[in-house]
Amino acid sequence: MQISGRDSNRYQTFTRRAALLGGIQGVAFVVLAGRMYYLQVLKSDQYTMLAEENRVSMRLLAPLRGNIVDRYGRVLASNRQNYRAMMISEQTPDIEATLDRLSRIVEINDFTRRRILRDVQRSPRFMPVTVAEGLTWDQFAQVNINEPDLAGIIPDVGETRDYAYGEELAHIMGYVAAVSEKDMSDAQTDRQLLRLPGFRIGKEGIEKTYDKELRGTAGSSHVEVNAYGRVIRELAKDPGKPGDEVVLTLDMDIQRFAWDRLKGESAGSVVMDIHSGDVLSFVSAPAYDPNQFNMGLSNEQWRALVDNEYKPLINKSLAGMYPPGSTFKMVVAAAAVEAGINPAQRVVCPGHYSLGSHVFHCWKKGGHGAMNMHQAIKYSCDVFFYDVARRIGINAIAEMSRKFGLGETYGFEVPGEKAGLVPTPDWKRATRGEPWHQGETVIAGIGQGYLLATPLQLAVMTARLANGGYAVKPRLTRAIGGQLLPTPRPAAIGVSEAALKVACDGMNAVSNEAGGTAFRSRIPDPGMELAGKTGTAQVRRISRAERSTGVLRNDQLEWRFRDHALFVCYAPVHAPRYAMSVIIEHGGSGSGAAAPVARDIMREVLIRNPERPQATVPSRADGKTREG
Amino acid sequence: MLDLRRFTGREMRLTDKLIEFNWGFLLLLVLIASIGFAMLYSVAEGSFSPWAYRQALRFGVGVCILLIVAMIDLRLWMRLAYPLYGVALAMLVAVEIVGFTGMGAQRWLNLGFVQVQPSEVMKVTLLMALARYFHGLTLEEVSRLRNLVIPVLLIAVPVGLVVLQPDLGTAILLVASGAILFFAAGLRWRYFILSGIIVLATVPVVWSRLHDYQKNRVFTFLDPERDPLGAGYHILQSKIALGAGGVFGKGFMEGTQSQLNFLPEKHTDFIFTMLGEELGLVGGLVLLVLYFIVLMFSLNVAMQCRNQFGRLLAIGVSMTFFLYVFINSAMVMGLLPVVGVPLPLVSYGGTAMLSLMFALGLLMSVYIHRNVEISRGPSAFW
Repeated sequence: MQISGRDSNRYQTFTRRAALLGGIQGVAFVVLAGRMYYLQVLKSDQYTMLAEENRVSMRLLAPLRGNIVDRYGRVLASNRQNYRAMMISEQTPDIEATLDRLSRIVEINDFTRRRILRDVQRSPRFMPVTVAEGLTWDQFAQVNINEPDLAGIIPDVGETRDYAYGEELAHIMGYVAAVSEKDMSDAQTDRQLLRLPGFRIGKEGIEKTYDKELRGTAGSSHVEVNAYGRVIRELAKDPGKPGDEVVLTLDMDIQRFAWDRLKGESAGSVVMDIHSGDVLSFVSAPAYDPNQFNMGLSNEQWRALVDNEYKPLINKSLAGMYPPGSTFKMVVAAAAVEAGINPAQRVVCPGHYSLGSHVFHCWKKGGHGAMNMHQAIKYSCDVFFYDVARRIGINAIAEMSRKFGLGETYGFEVPGEKAGLVPTPDWKRATRGEPWHQGETVIAGIGQGYLLATPLQLAVMTARLANGGYAVKPRLTRAIGGQLLPTPRPAAIGVSEAALKVACDGMNAVSNEAGGTAFRSRIPDPGMELAGKTGTAQVRRISRAERSTGVLRNDQLEWRFRDHALFVCYAPVHAPRYAMSVIIEHGGSGSGAAAPVARDIMREVLIRNPERPQATVPSRADGKTREG
Repeated sequence: MLDLRRFTGREMRLTDKLIEFNWGFLLLLVLIASIGFAMLYSVAEGSFSPWAYRQALRFGVGVCILLIVAMIDLRLWMRLAYPLYGVALAMLVAVEIVGFTGMGAQRWLNLGFVQVQPSEVMKVTLLMALARYFHGLTLEEVSRLRNLVIPVLLIAVPVGLVVLQPDLGTAILLVASGAILFFAAGLRWRYFILSGIIVLATVPVVWSRLHDYQKNRVFTFLDPERDPLGAGYHILQSKIALGAGGVFGKGFMEGTQSQLNFLPEKHTDFIFTMLGEELGLVGGLVLLVLYFIVLMFSLNVAMQCRNQFGRLLAIGVSMTFFLYVFINSAMVMGLLPVVGVPLPLVSYGGTAMLSLMFALGLLMSVYIHRNVEISRGPSAFW
């Protein structure tokens, strides 16, 4: 061995310690063997008894899912009894034949049949598998009567989710559905509970966000089973703890009114309290019926939803991104005042605006003449804002947009929020690798170009204008499990009173001064006047070819090429409390299509006035369950 | 066996290495894995799908990996120790950013063609990096405080990242295998006593930061009746199954506890219980003895090796293997709290199997190159 002195030192220490570790391993194995001897020899009789005679098995009981109610305790989502037929495969001599016999009572199509056979294959032979759900009382009774004929089929009563208002609330509630393989592998807790046949979890919306709270705690039942694992009798039962009730900020009356006013259109609308951010109504039309999702959709139903041109599966108020159009002009006006532009200064509008060789048009052909800022908002003059935007630059506009909550998400309780887009030169260079053109600043001045916002964001923007410049965020939850959530105290966004006043006065003029673009859609009732702003977002220009074939006006185009109609407003004008936004996809013009709808909804809000003092305590007394 | 390099003075050729390779050891591994296949066959009520067949396939891949790793020169592994550690660390960071969660808390990284669990990769590369580091130190230098900064960082950084995931079980295993290398490298006893005291002092702090489910596991271990529905139920049922198995077991595929679904996770963490119920004390002891032979062989590899890198690497692999076997079997017997540690070569699972076979390949490489002398100075390598 040619190992040097110091290395042999190292080697000796290593050998000594390795031997010690080996000794530890040996001792550990002796401990393990000893434990096995203890369990399998000394205690064997006792454990054999436990295993052989007292086959007490623990079965989980699904807890009752918590209700979702509106701010007054009206039940929006609850549970109702679900009559179903289960099958225990080991008790069935011939699965196919049994299914054939059952299909004389309940329809079982090929798709369901494949699903059943797959489930049977996956679960142990003594585990019940759901064969049919949502049976009518008649079908259920027939299954019961024919039980001797249907070996292995067990009639069973479970719970299922009931959405009393169906599609009116689909985009808020979301839905529950069966646990998928992926849900299973993502779950950190409750894995046994999720494996229960027919157990459902929240997949979308509030059902998903508060799934844990609504789920509750599983109960258990000690049952005695025979040697084949079949239940002989129940020994003890712990019912578990039902899920928490979730109280939303919604007012179902307003929600329903807004839905009725918008259904049939492809539209989105949000009404919120400008101080607390409480969302009173949140509509995206059209929608789907969450009750159908609960039971699993048929292929045709699914295709119909996906193929619908009005996109019922998309939550437009949350994830629909639109150019804000003229509703964005208040933000540009505020940015201009902050940049030192005197609001009294006039800009002459000849009906068009030239930048280099490029000409930008005002929506009014002959032009508005000399306009100050107040008038420019009132008449929605484009040329004024082209000019102002060019003078203050895109970065000033982008900075002000962010203060008003555009280009960001708020952590809203419904998943799937989109951030929209507030473009800057840096953004364009980073994503497209192209420099920013001044013409793009000019069209950003009227809310066109790259700029994108969701209806939720436009409602927030309006709320922040109306509440004196506080960074209010929308919220949908009032209480969970009887615990009121704290009302947030928003910070100031840092916009001067002067800037806000110009914008708000302009909105007042839009709705309440003769000549304003939404004067026709004012609320005449004293004390209920609203202040609004119309917007029309261009979807596509009318091409030269179309001009030559006679298509001159937007409403002559095919539906999907027509402009989006937008309206934002707050009310009452002198003591603001509520803000809202409405977007009607391809509705034509903001003043023609969106403003009247917004006016009607806002008037309803003011009549009901859910934020009046006596309504601040949620009353749960009238929380009646709708029996299904 | 003959030492070719000493007698011929030339580098070993592939054929030499294949002769040197300890085929008996591989046979031992095949035996252990086969017990696993049999149990997986039984869990599936006498069917190769879904588990036994795929497990056998993975083991086959694992054997290939083992052979390739073993054939590669130990000095190359030593040269690769730090770069591989760096790669593993980068993957751990990446998994924090873009990883996805599957099967509870462990994070996975999708590399496009394959999904890896960086914490598994780190278990092996940490051993390599530490062995590489201590290889360059004399016994006196090991216990110098300034020489401890780097190895402590080598352990602390990945452990921190793994705790973030949060995967406490893996973090503890990393710390334990790190500590073993410190010990084997000859760090003085007083450091261990000192850190023992520090660990005890920080227990309350760590406790307050544990997740509820982790706290529950400890509570349940202390008092299984507390949670008869969850983990306590698992331990109780596992003990009943073992006890009911008795000396000779209920017979292959005859275990009522397991077949009637009283037993949870019986294809992964509780597979030893199945073995104990169906094949009894005898079956369990046979498996334990097979494991013990593997461990004693690997310890012998460590002691025979003539370079410090190989010694440390071998003992690191050996002790990590031991920790897996011990923690898993002690858990199913109710001696330790329920932790998600698989039984090596037997439990169903892909990544754990492959990283284990990689580590055993390193052990074989140490064995084949046991007579290679590697100087302490770094100059020979860079």
